[in-house]
Amino acid sequence: MSAAQGDILLDIDDLSLEFRTFRGPVKALNGISLNVRAGEIVGVVGESGCGKSVTMMAATRLLPKGGAHITGGAVRLFGSDPMKLSERELQHVRGRQVSTIFQEPMNALNPTRRIGEQVIEVIRRHQRLSSAAARQKAIGLLRDMLISEPERIMQAYPFELSGGMRQRVLIAMAFSCEPKLIIADEPTTALDVTVQALILSLIRQKAVSTGTAVVFISHDMAVVSQLCDRLYVLYAGRVAESGATAAVLAAPAHPYTRALIRCLPGLAAPKRPLEQIPGTLPDMLNPPAGCLFRARCREADERCIEVPPLSPIDPARRAACWRRIEEAEAA
Amino acid sequence: MNPDVPLLALEDVEVRYRVTSGWFGGADVYAVNGVSLSVAEGETLGIVGESGCGKSTLGQAIVGLTPITAGSIQLKGTDRAQSNAHIQIIFQDPQSSLDPRLPVWRLITEPLHIRGGYTRAQLIERATELAVSVGLRPEQIDRYAHEFSGGQRQRIAIARALAVEPELLVLDEPTSALDVSVQAQIVNLLLKLQTERKLSYALISHDVSLVRHVADRVTVMYLGQIVEAGPTQDVLDRPQHPYTRTLLDAVPSFERPLTTTAPRAGELPSNRKLPTGCYFRERCSSATAGCERPQLLKAVDGARTVRCHIVTGALQPAG
Repeated sequence: MSAAQGDILLDIDDLSLEFRTFRGPVKALNGISLNVRAGEIVGVVGESGCGKSVTMMAATRLLPKGGAHITGGAVRLFGSDPMKLSERELQHVRGRQVSTIFQEPMNALNPTRRIGEQVIEVIRRHQRLSSAAARQKAIGLLRDMLISEPERIMQAYPFELSGGMRQRVLIAMAFSCEPKLIIADEPTTALDVTVQALILSLIRQKAVSTGTAVVFISHDMAVVSQLCDRLYVLYAGRVAESGATAAVLAAPAHPYTRALIRCLPGLAAPKRPLEQIPGTLPDMLNPPAGCLFRARCREADERCIEVPPLSPIDPARRAACWRRIEEAEAA
Repeated sequence: MNPDVPLLALEDVEVRYRVTSGWFGGADVYAVNGVSLSVAEGETLGIVGESGCGKSTLGQAIVGLTPITAGSIQLKGTDRAQSNAHIQIIFQDPQSSLDPRLPVWRLITEPLHIRGGYTRAQLIERATELAVSVGLRPEQIDRYAHEFSGGQRQRIAIARALAVEPELLVLDEPTSALDVSVQAQIVNLLLKLQTERKLSYALISHDVSLVRHVADRVTVMYLGQIVEAGPTQDVLDRPQHPYTRTLLDAVPSFERPLTTTAPRAGELPSNRKLPTGCYFRERCSSATAGCERPQLLKAVDGARTVRCHIVTGALQPAG
């Protein structure tokens, strides 16, 4: 049964989460709302600590038990609450419906076993295939990743492969059980740009040809702009802005998104000072009341003491900023 | 000082080293293979390339952290070892380049401490000056490195480098470990210090847009060789070497959609066994007859040099 185009696969509603530490609870997520529909490529961008990985790990229940506590909101993954699934149901969801690609491929592969065994194991764990059929499938998947001699690569151990090659193996594994959703967490950050370009185009081609939805987590605005249909910009565990990629980049609405784009060196005249975001992230042990970007924001005023809701400001976009909300109402 | 003599001049620098790898015995790594370049006073030279192209090894050779196996490195016309000019290096990860057991004032003045002849009061005074010049607050010098964020740690590393009044800073991926908003702060600090102190920079980076923003001239490296060099705008806006074009096409950009054609063959060959002829030949979509011979770095127009016979028309005679 395949989900019809447009069905919501992942729906995160006002999710709050904290990590209990000896210094007190660190409020990592402060009311994140985010959804992913079948077949779309969604970018989740933000700087370190904004909660982009934590959100997705919470949605797939990959966070360590006992450390993370959900304090509010809800997650629906393929219609059910991942927190309420049994281990067995969870295994099924993680294999057949969602799979994840991580940043460092070496940590995701078993160093003592050949590539072929590992790919075949994943296939046979979730699908009823003979070992010969699984092997054929594995070779086909590696070939889709433009690996020129898949039979030879199947015989190799992870350490014999380059970082880019290992990442291609993991992407092949992620697609092997035909999931409806793939979460790619900074999959190209550890790679060189020429390899990154190849990996991005492989992810996109494969996602489009299989109709798989992709959540692409990245700190790199330019990468997200090239790959994603829609994006969410996260700041301090909240969505600052969301919308169609082209609309957000052409005229970023939230002051944080504006600053984030303007401080990139590529857009300024050579040797001119770059735009800076003054200050630092708020202390997540004691986050301030109201808009969390307030202390660093040039446009902040007294209204910002209240938390701005993520509100539609034009047909393509939502932003959590009082000023934009008022401008939209006035227009 | 003679204006014709550059601050830093490298002539045919070669770095090879032997690695021993477990059961398989040793192998020679050809890290830098005949690099010549120069940096003038107050100038920024950008050195770009992908991992394994030898750019960091080259940076370490410039400051003397790695011995060179052939060629020469001169500062103001004298051999680096005899020269009295100072070079310092800034590394990518400020976390691992700062001793966690020393307070910031000791970290910053470590080079002076090693040189000797300063009292504690003098060191603290100098540390305060330097800390302020990189945007730290004077009272922060009693703290330890772990109490600072990544951006602030990089400021500490820069202050330490400035302690000996260097003329040249080798910046090895100075902002790669930082978030973009913090990256902008460090870039602005480096630009400000350069104007204030007439510093020269050798900026090693994989980030083409950073190099475009900061560098006057750029050198593109591939497998330990320079494949193209020239004025920054010129090279980055009109690349001529096929590798420079491949590299620039792959850089993610707001203005360009994703390249749909996958780059040929993909990855960098091993630097343990150098290819014959042009090093880029296997991955090059313009490869043709003549590429099997070693390529020469030739001037093409004014200040630009390119190592590709298709562009320069220059081929080494066979044999």
